[in-house]
Parts: sequence; C-alpha cells; structure tokens
Amino acid sequence: MANPPLIDIRKLCIGFSGRGGTILPVLHDVDLAVCRGESLGIVGESGSGKSTLALAAMGYLKHGLEKIDGEVIYDGVDMFARSPKELQRIRGGKLGLIPQNSGQSLTPTLRIGQQIDEVLHLHCTLPKALHEARAIDLLTQVRLPDPRAILRRYPHELSGGQQQRVAIAMALAGEPDALLLDEPTTGLDVTTQAHILDLLRELAVTRKMAMVYVSHDLGVIARVCDRVLVLYAGETVLIGPAAEVLRDPAHPYARALLASIPRLCDQQLPRALNGRPPSPGSHHHGCAFAQRCALATETCRTERPPMTAGAGSQSTRCLYPDRVSEIDIRGGGGAVPMVCPADSPPALTLKDVTIRYQRPSLLARLRHRALNPATVEGISLTLRHGESLGMVGESGSGKSTILKAIAGLLAPAEGQILLDDNTLLGTTVERRRPDQLRRLQIVFQNPDASLNPRQSVAEILSQPLRLYFGLRGEALQDRMVALLDAVRLGASYLDRRPGQLSGGEKQRVAVARAFAADPRIVLCDEITSALDVSVQAAVLELLNDLKRVHGTAFIFVSHNLAIVRVLSDRVAVLYQGRLCEIGPTAAVYSQPSHPYTEVLLSAVLEPDPDHAPRLLTEDRAELSPPERGCPFQRRCPVKAGAICETDAPPWQETGNGHAIRCHLPLTALQNRICG
Amino acid sequence: MSTATLTARVVCILRDMLARPSGAIGLTLVGLHLVIAVTSPWIAPFDYTEMNATMTLSGPSAEHWLGTDHLGRDVFSRMLLGGREALLITGIATPVALLWGGFLGVFLGLRGGWLDEVLMRVVDAFLALPGILPLLVLITVFGSGGEVLMPTLAFFFGIPVIRVARAAAHEVVARDFISAARARGHRPLDIVRRELMPNVTDTLLVEGAMRWSWMLLGFSALSFLGFGVAPPRPDWGLMVSDARVYMSLAPWGVIAPVIALSTLIIGINLTADALAKTLGLDQSRKAVV
Repeated sequence: MANPPLIDIRKLCIGFSGRGGTILPVLHDVDLAVCRGESLGIVGESGSGKSTLALAAMGYLKHGLEKIDGEVIYDGVDMFARSPKELQRIRGGKLGLIPQNSGQSLTPTLRIGQQIDEVLHLHCTLPKALHEARAIDLLTQVRLPDPRAILRRYPHELSGGQQQRVAIAMALAGEPDALLLDEPTTGLDVTTQAHILDLLRELAVTRKMAMVYVSHDLGVIARVCDRVLVLYAGETVLIGPAAEVLRDPAHPYARALLASIPRLCDQQLPRALNGRPPSPGSHHHGCAFAQRCALATETCRTERPPMTAGAGSQSTRCLYPDRVSEIDIRGGGGAVPMVCPADSPPALTLKDVTIRYQRPSLLARLRHRALNPATVEGISLTLRHGESLGMVGESGSGKSTILKAIAGLLAPAEGQILLDDNTLLGTTVERRRPDQLRRLQIVFQNPDASLNPRQSVAEILSQPLRLYFGLRGEALQDRMVALLDAVRLGASYLDRRPGQLSGGEKQRVAVARAFAADPRIVLCDEITSALDVSVQAAVLELLNDLKRVHGTAFIFVSHNLAIVRVLSDRVAVLYQGRLCEIGPTAAVYSQPSHPYTEVLLSAVLEPDPDHAPRLLTEDRAELSPPERGCPFQRRCPVKAGAICETDAPPWQETGNGHAIRCHLPLTALQNRICG
Repeated sequence: MSTATLTARVVCILRDMLARPSGAIGLTLVGLHLVIAVTSPWIAPFDYTEMNATMTLSGPSAEHWLGTDHLGRDVFSRMLLGGREALLITGIATPVALLWGGFLGVFLGLRGGWLDEVLMRVVDAFLALPGILPLLVLITVFGSGGEVLMPTLAFFFGIPVIRVARAAAHEVVARDFISAARARGHRPLDIVRRELMPNVTDTLLVEGAMRWSWMLLGFSALSFLGFGVAPPRPDWGLMVSDARVYMSLAPWGVIAPVIALSTLIIGINLTADALAKTLGLDQSRKAVV
C-alpha cells in the first residue's frame, strides 16, 4: 500500500459493563485498514459485532457500549479523541453512513428536497442559491428519474429502492472520502439490489472513495468488495482479498458459511452449520468457533489462535491453516431434496382467485365505475399431495397476499379455494370447519412476531394440540416433546420463552406449532428471510425432512430464487399479482422462460467472484399493475408490440406442465435476454 | 402461569423496582400510607370525634402535635385516620375500573368494526366532559355513600382505561401471532385471554397505578365539595374543606391533610414510573444489550 490508510482501526476492543462491574467484550482486538478507492466487506452473523464495528469507525458507540482499548484513526486523527464539534463536521460530511433501512432514517414529515438541503447547509460551502441545482445533480448521480419531481416528494411516496438512492445522494452531498454502508441492500428486491450495488461500485471508482460494507450476504460482498473481513463473536477470524476468501477461504467458519448458502446453479440442499455462535459479551477460552468446528482439537478449546498466514494472501485466526481445505465449501449436506410423484392427487385447488384491498364505495358501484386493477387477479393453480410449490416474485407481487387468502385471513373478491379438488373452503376463517382449518397451517416470516413473547414454548405448542385434538396432561406433554424432537429441539425447551431462543430456534418452534395440527398443507411465508444464512440452511433441511416423513404439501413463498429452487417441485412466478410462469422447477429455471423470470434470475447475486448479474439498463419497480394487457408490459425488455398493452397474454404450454404467459412465441423466449 | 412462577415474577419485579431511586421512594411512601391506614385506629392518640371546646384552633403542642381544628379535634389523629376511607374505596374501585375498562378496550381493539366505532365515540363523549361533572350528577341522584361512590368511581375511571387498553391491543393485534391464532380457528375470547391479555397487562398495570392516583385526587375533590365522606368521619378532602376558613388562624388544619394526600399521590406516581421502567415500557433510556 503506497498511501496511508484513510480508516485505520487498531486493536479495537468494545464492551459493555455487566453486573458487578465486569466488562463484557463485544469486539475483541479488531484491526482493519481501508485506503482511498478501496472497498472492504465486513461479514458476520447477527450478534457478531459487525454493525458495532462500522459505527465505531465513525467514533460512535450505541448507548451502553464503551471503548475499552485501541484506536480508530480516520485521516490521521483518532475519532474518539476528537471534539464533538469536529465529529459533527466529519460525520455526514467527509465520512458518510448509509443505513440499512433508509425508509426509517429519512424524516417522514419533510420533503426530500428539504432533507438534502439540510445536509448541504451543514456540509458544503456552496451559496444557498445553488443548493437546489446541487441537489438535482446529486439525485441525477444516483440515477433517480425526474429528480426535480423527487425533491418535492415525501419519503413515503418513494419505493424502497428510491429511498435507498436518496440516502446515497444525501451521503454524497458532503463530498465524502469514505462511506460506511450497513446492510445497504438488505430488504430490497433482487433486481433493485443489483442496480444499487452497481451504482455504488461505480461511485467508488469515479470518486475514489473508501467503502466499508457491512453485510451478512456473501453475494453482496462478492459483487462490491476488494477485501473481506470475517467477524465471528467479535473477533476477526479471516481477512483477505475478496476473490480468495470467496473461492478458497482459509478459515473453517468462512468455509462452513459458504457451504450453507443455497446456490442458483445447484440443486443440492445447502449444508447447515450446527450449534450457535457465542452470545455477545460472553467469555471464551481458546478459539471462539471451536464448538462448531469440524476440525477442532483439544488445543483449539484452550488456546486462542493468533492471526497467521493462510492460503494465498489471507490471514486467518486458525491453528491449522493447512487443514482447513478438508472442509467442503459447497453444499450437499447429504440430504437429497424430496421429489413428489407426478400422479399424486390434488390437495388444494385455486380457481380464478382475485383479491382486492380496495373495496368499491357504494357510489362507485351505483355509477358502475371501473375498479382499479385488483392486487391479485385470476390465480388458478393446484397443489398436489406431498408437493412443494414455490412462489417467487418481487415485493408487491402478491405472494403473501395469496397465502393469506388460502389461510382464510383475507377474503378473496372472486374465485374459489378448494381443499383437494372438491371441498369448497369458506372465504374466511370464521366460515371454515375446524378440521378444514387443521389441515391448512401457516408459518410466518418473522418468528419474533409470530410467537407470543409472553407464552412459553409449552403454551405455544399446546394451543393447536388442545384446540384440534383436545389433548390434556400426559398425552399433551408427550406430543409436545415429540414435536420438539422432530424439529431437533429437546424437551428442555418447553419452559423457555421466545426471548430466550435464537432466531433459528424460534422459527423451529413456529414450524413445530404448524406441524402440531398434523396438517396436509403448510403455507410458508418467507420463513427463512429473517434468519442468518447458517441457520437458514438448517431450517431448509428440516422442512425437507418433514416433507419426506409426513408427506405434507408446502407452498413456499420467497423472494430468494436459490432457496425456492432447492425446496420446490414446481415454481410459480408472480408479477403484480398475476401469474407469469408456472412449471416444474428445473423447467422454470432453464429456457425457455418468461421475460420476467429471466430478469429475476439474471439479477441474483451469487457468492462467487466470477459471477456478475446481468441487468437491464433501465429497470425500476412499479407500484401498481397496468389496467389492461400484460402486467409486465412496462418493464419488459422484449415487448412484442402494441398487443402487450391491450390483450392479456395467452398461456403457452411447453409440455410437462410448464406454461408461460407471453405474447412472444416460445422460440423467441429461448434466448437469454439480458447481458 | 402457575402461582409459583407468578410469585417469582412479582418478587423479581419488586426487587428491580426497589433498586431504582423512584421505586424505592415511591414504594416506601405507598407502604407507609398503607401501614398507617391499617393501624391508625390503634395508633391515633385521640378519638377523631373527641372535641375539646377549650382548645379550638390551637397550634402544635406536646399534646396535640399538629394542633386542633375549629371544634377542638386533634388534627394529627384525624390526619392519620383521614386516608382510610379514600384508600379503601379507591383501592377497590381502581382494580374494578382496570378490569372492565381493560377487557372492553382489548376486545374492541381486536374486534374493530362498527361496534368499536360506536363505543369509542361514546368514550370520546365521556372524555370530553370535565371528569367531576358526571360524578356529581350521579352522586346527587343516588346519594354519596361508599356503596354509590365505589361503583361510580370504578365506572368513570374505567373509561380512559378503555382507550389505553385499546391502543395497547392495536399494537399487538397487528403482530403475526394473532393472525396465527385466528388462522387456527380459536374463538375471539380465547384469543383475548391467551394471546392478547398477557401482552397488555404490563401497560394496564402502569395505567392502573396512574388511575389510582387520579382517583384519589377525584375522591378527595368530592369530599372537599361535600359529596364524599360524611362528617364527622375524618377525610383529607373534608379536612381541607373545613379548615380552609380558618387558614390564617390555624394553617396546620390545611397543611396536614394536604401533605398526607400529596405524599401518597407522589408515592403512587413514583411507583408507577419505576414500574414502567422495570417492565421495559419506558424505553427512553434503554440500553443496547
């Protein structure tokens, strides 16, 4: 390195005071250096201290945390030694932060223009008259269409991707030398994510900024970082060039992490990482990862490994850098995805289901006014016994809405939902019989919200058992223990409350509760998206096992195409509440495919340094479907012509139950569109 | 929740509250008042009706620590005894107000729809009236004995609880575990009891403590106006009312009951504050870990 690092963190220890004045460490001896024009990725699971580290780089600690040792040098001076006034000038000026959820960090009551103006007022010397021109210039740089109109909008009038772009524009307003990005694209759609990362890469190059990305997603890191630092339990366990770390990481944890990520090109189940990381602030002797490491020896448990040279130019905190290659970095936890026989009878049938959130007012009905396009329209599909059907689409594609309608939590405006193919289900829960309700269970996205924090695991599991089977006493107890065993939690969990469980354990309890009803169909709404990757793999494995043992049918909703691929027999692709394509997984993921499927698949980020997403040059999310014609008409890169705007496209069968809804002939859909 | 775990939780909460200055002071004040209220018939140096015509409106002395009132009754004894009726009536009316208001509020929060809309407008109408006014009307009609005061107070002080409970329930209703319970097909009352109530009890407890102090003030105001405790029985509000005429001659008569009432109110408010912090409802200074 020729020039001195811009951000230089040396031996940083951060902790909080526990009972009796002991200091519990959250970060332990972390060193990192980032130069101008370089981008560093900080990877770790939740609780690894990665966000604390990023905030510490700004000289900021969350309430309750204190710096115990070390220094954070920015531009030659320790951030913690600077005066509050100086910090105020640097933060948001030369050192920008882009937070995870920009929707929440923008002030809801101020227009975008006012918020950008505020930053300009604080951090740049331009005369006031030029502020608006500068704001427009900034919004243009982050490629927001019609910047002049956006200045006058309020944050809620923008989509998630647009809000993130505004946050980037605001960070750029102070002409920063360095940007800290805390999970900058988590929560955004794949297509939006790929576009934002492209923009950030370009900005880093043109402005020679130092970038620090914090992320749990190795796909993001692979796309934008030159170097990677892997944090585990507040310690640096691996640091090295991104390409090397992603191809052949020199630390067992990083290898296991790579193996736990489902890949688009891979139909094997990812391999789960057993155990859980030590909780923040816990003391351990020896290697923090020893308990979960396949290579761990007695020495690992007693002796803290120093940073040593690993393969290539990586440095690793492992006692056996020569042996790490024994751990496979590709999935295949041994489990083979279950496949459902093609002649199995239908378990659930949807006929022309249409859902509207907006109810027509009396006046509109009297005047026969046309309704706005429905949120979900004309969904017809069958789910066979023992089959798992994946539903993919961006946010707003209506996938969760459809699940809610099937579960009876939302009444469809039109259409029918049938159990098997003959029993008509009531539109809402109140109109369904208990045994119908029992056969259909739903697992929600976020276990923090779907488990009552005031109930113990026993109370949670006993609800369906009492309701449907009237179990009491010993029988109830036995059944609960059996259920916990089935999700690989022990009887000791019965007395715990959700607050005492990790994210993965909570989701297992939620799965166990669904299976307590002995259901035929389980609806899974993004059930792994709130989990860490290593935990996610374990939940996927569990679902696969349950499917094999019980022959349960699943509808698996996710925005993650790789996850849907490993779990599903068939996949349905949704855009704006309309089906675009449906068919066997392998057929949907290969050619020919609907242009929207193609756009989605191309935008996926893989944890592979050689993989680059192929993007459409102009692509943006839409908030509502068009009134007529193909729902994808406004974004379609290969529009057939005026017919797309007037007529709903026909279903075209390619055989084997694979159907695509497009005006273009199948031969035209054979070729890759993007790239 | 079994009794053992409930006791353990109560002990745990009390311990945490006592560790905070507000909790320690608040609980001490409230505890002191309760002890006095229970034991005062035995510890009060004089009978509250005992008049001494030769010693009216006298200042503090060795015999009468806080002097005597216009009828020559011992102010100190009357002060000790003056909270009994207030504490008894509000002590019963507060939980009743909390229960009916809380249950109705939670139920409306879960159910929504037209019933919620109609009843909440009625609640709004009641809240728009100055609190003491409807109380006075009812008492004028039905008389002012404890058997009228208690249900009346419980009714009127339960109305604001509906609003608080409904708001707390709304926050919970949006969470997925309620959807999960609905999707399983539990009856609405079961959902209220098992899923909702445990999540709003903390809010209701703190609200209850606040309501209690308001109710004490309301009760004293009624007594002050002559609608509460009937003379000659001692009551702080009544004592202030009687003594205020002689304020310049014998300020003790006013100051003593005011101190008694305000220490109790301050004690309850401090306790509520500490309770809110202990239960994690007051997140203004929440630590990160």
